[in-house]
Formats: sequence, C-alpha cells, structure tokens
Amino acid sequence: MSEQNNERGEKTQSATSALFARLARERPTRPGEIYGVPGSGDTKVLSVATILILLFIWWLITALGWVKPLFVPSPQSIFIKFLSVWKVGFTGSPLWLHILISTYRVFSAFLLACAIGIPLGLAMGMNPFIRGIFDPPIEFYRPIPPLAYLPLMIIWFGIGETSKILLIFLSVFAPVALGARSGVRSAGIEQIHAAYSFGATRWQVLRHVILPFAMPEILTSMRIGIGFGWTTLVAAEMVAATQGIGYMVLSASQFLQTSVVIMGIVVIAAIAYLFDMLMRLIERKIVPWKGKM
Amino acid sequence: MRLHIENATVIFPAGKGVPPIEALQQINLTMDDRDFVVAIGASGCGKSTLLNLIAGFLAPSEGRIMLDGATVEGPGADRSVVFQQHALLPWLNVRDNIEFGLMLQGHAKEDRSRVADRFIELLGLSGFEHSPVYALSGGMQQRVGIARALTCDPKLLLMDEPLGALDALTREKAQELILHLWHNTGKSIFFITHSVEEALFMGTRLVVMSPRPGRITHEFKLPFSKQFLDGISARTVKASPDFIQIREKVLSIIFSDVEAV
Repeated sequence: MSEQNNERGEKTQSATSALFARLARERPTRPGEIYGVPGSGDTKVLSVATILILLFIWWLITALGWVKPLFVPSPQSIFIKFLSVWKVGFTGSPLWLHILISTYRVFSAFLLACAIGIPLGLAMGMNPFIRGIFDPPIEFYRPIPPLAYLPLMIIWFGIGETSKILLIFLSVFAPVALGARSGVRSAGIEQIHAAYSFGATRWQVLRHVILPFAMPEILTSMRIGIGFGWTTLVAAEMVAATQGIGYMVLSASQFLQTSVVIMGIVVIAAIAYLFDMLMRLIERKIVPWKGKM
Repeated sequence: MRLHIENATVIFPAGKGVPPIEALQQINLTMDDRDFVVAIGASGCGKSTLLNLIAGFLAPSEGRIMLDGATVEGPGADRSVVFQQHALLPWLNVRDNIEFGLMLQGHAKEDRSRVADRFIELLGLSGFEHSPVYALSGGMQQRVGIARALTCDPKLLLMDEPLGALDALTREKAQELILHLWHNTGKSIFFITHSVEEALFMGTRLVVMSPRPGRITHEFKLPFSKQFLDGISARTVKASPDFIQIREKVLSIIFSDVEAV
C-alpha cells in the first residue's frame, strides 16, 4: 500500500516538474528574433485583453447584483457620472477646472523640482563638498511619507497654494535630485579623458560629456518623480482645498459618492499615463542611443 | 617635438587590503619628431600607466615628464589620445564626433567642417558622416576615434591598444592605415599593444616592459615599418626571417616575465 502511494507521489511530482520544465523552457526563436533574450516578445494584445477582461468582470458582478452599487458602481454608471460632472460640475466647479487646478499644482511643483533638483543633483555628483552638505537632509526626509509632514507644511506655509505645491514639490524633488546625482556616474572615464585631452574646461566636460550621458537616468528619474507627484496630489488637496481632482475624490468619499471617487481615480490615472507616454516619446527623441553603447 | 621622461616613478598608495603598488619604476624615455614608439609587455607592466603619465591623466610620484622643455602638468591638446574602446559620444554622429575636439576649442563651424572633411576622407569614412556612431562596426568606430584625435593637430598621438578590440583582418588593415597616416602626417606616436607582431610591424622603436615593478627592460630599433612604407607588402614584411627572429626574441623575453610572476 505504502509503496503504491509512494509511487503515485513520485509520479505526481515528476508530472509537476515536467510542467515546470515546459514553462521554463526557451521556445525556439522565429526568424528575426534572437534566442534567449529575457522577456522578449510583444505584450500589446495581452495587455488589451487583460483590461477588457477586468472591465467585463467588473461589469458582470455589478450587472448580476453581487455587490451593492454603494461599494462598486457599474462601469457604465461611472461613465455617466463622468459625463454629468463634465457638464454640471462638482461642488460648483466644472470637471475641467478640477483637472486644470490639479494639473497646475502637480506640474508647477514638478517643474520647480526639476529646475532645482537636476542642477543640484548634478552638482552633488560632481562635487564632494556639495554632496556632503545636501546628502543628509535629502536622505533624511526622502523616506518620510508626505502625509506625515503635511501638517508642518500647513503650520509653516498656511492653507493656500504654497503649502500644496511645496508638498508635491518635496515628493518629486528627492527622486529627481538623486537621479541626476547618480547619472553623473554614467559617463565613462575614457570619454571624460578624451574631452580633457582636447583641452576642455571642467565646465565643458560637464556640459558636453557628463550631462548628455546622465540624460537617460535624469529622464527616468523625472518619470518616477512625476509619479510621486500624482501620488502626493490627493494628500496635498486634503486640507482647505475647494477645487482639484484630489479634493473631488476626498469630498465625494465623505458623501459616499463612490462613482465620483472611482471616476476621479480613473481621471488621475489617465492623465498620469498620458504624461508618461509623452515622457517616453521625449526619451526616444532625446536619447535614442540609450542602451546602445 | 621632444618628449623627455626622466626617472619617472609611479606608486599607487595602499588601499584596503592592498599593499602600495610600484606601477612604474625609474622610467627614462625620449621621443623625437616622427618617432613611432611601441610599448609592449605582460599584463600589469605599466604600459597604460606610462601612457596616462604622458597624457597628463596621472602625475608621477617621482621624476618628471617634459614636453618641448615644459613640464607636463595635465592633459592638453598637444597630446591626443586614442582609447582602446573608441570612447566616442553616442549622441553625436560621425562628423560631430570628429569635430568634437575642435568644437571644445571654440573653432568656427566652417573651420571645423573643413578639417573634418579632410580626416573623413583620409580615414575612409565618406558616406558615413551622418551615421550614429553606435551603428558602425568596431573598426569604423576606431577610425572615427583616430580621426577625432588627429583633428586638433597634436604634437604627439597616444594610442592605448587602439586595435585590441578588432578582429584579425580588420586589425591588419587598420595597422596599415595607421602607418600611412603616421607617414603622411609626420606625427609622433606612442602606441601600446599586446601583439608582438603588431609592435614590430608598426614601431620605429620598441620598448619592452616588465611587471612588478613596471620598468623598461629592453629597447629595440625597428626597420619594418619603413620597409612596408617603401612598398613591400605587409605579409612579406611579417614573414621575413629578420622579423621572425626578433619576434621570437621579444616573445621569449615577455614569456620569461610571465613565468617569473
């Protein structure tokens, strides 16, 4: 008996390992492909299918009445809500104004963070003196959640735009500065030496060798930074805001208007996604050589 | 042009768990106009350190490096470097890479174009001026690197294993190209290689270096590049009895160094 059981156990085990082996095996390449490149292949079809299936499941559970609309409103009700808020507005302001205000807050903070963070990061990468001064404060505040220092921002800078933009600014600033700082190390010493052997000044080496080599990393850190910016937006609009998508989501939640909450989330995601696409486009334009040398 | 290296010693200070290393010991070397000096030796013999010293990327711990009577205190446009890995800038096309040195020196666009045209022609890069450098083969990238180094009309060209990354066929072609360039431009060249055949074929003088501490142990005068430039084919030169005899001699010197380590 026990022998038989053992045998069966072994069989199941070998069947499982065979399945794993089949999943882990590299498929033979098709013409034009390179064998063994990890993660190669197009994912568009799969991604679109995933979105459609998720939407379908969402629609199904609401249409069958498995979940109350209070908790999960149907996809179509969200779309209808979007149209009505677009036409009528939410708490007296039309949707485009909410979007505009939030976009203004995020982007002005983002631009400010880039304008200060990138030069400072480069300077930190180039100069141990500047790095020594700015490294501790940035590393100190970087891991703190913006919600934690939001009260301080309000105590210090009031409840106006300043504290909101400053909060978003701080969340974008650290990743952008650190990205620029580590980007400085992307330039090879040979390229730097080549420039110096043509009689380049330190400034020229920074401008013509180090900065271009740092661009891929700077652009990546900008993408990460703006992501943090949108994340922080809702926190920034928690206190004393009367307009903005974050405010819209928060106040809708207080009235249990779940469809507005979800609609707001989707709008934020859509804007962030569009901007990310734009950044990728810029990346391809500015650093087409990325990863090629 | 006169380069004079006087008792140059380089000691790298001790690091974590690493004792101080005497990379170069008491190097004496003089180079004059139209000299083609090739340095060869086992790994770690200080060839690259010596080149970095001449380029000004490194300061000697003792001794001094004089170029035309002035002490070398840093890199400068009178000494151009061709690196082992081309060291080109991927965001610039072939022409802009070649003009890079002139651009840094603030030359006007027309002057830059004129000089670049000449070297694009000379190095057989016509038709590729607008190609991105990362799309080129290794041999062409290295030719762009050589063209770039020549544009600023340096007194001395420093080449750090410039052909090391090329395949054997491209390499032989590149050797001939560099010899013709050297002959036509009249530059002095300091050249590092791992290949004894390449060293003997290219140089007018050969310095053999030994590791730990890095020092010059032998020096040879070489007639072979002249034979080639006088019209004898490269393969014939490299197959001649004289060439083979000295090749074996140099190889035995280097191998005895390797075995000693």
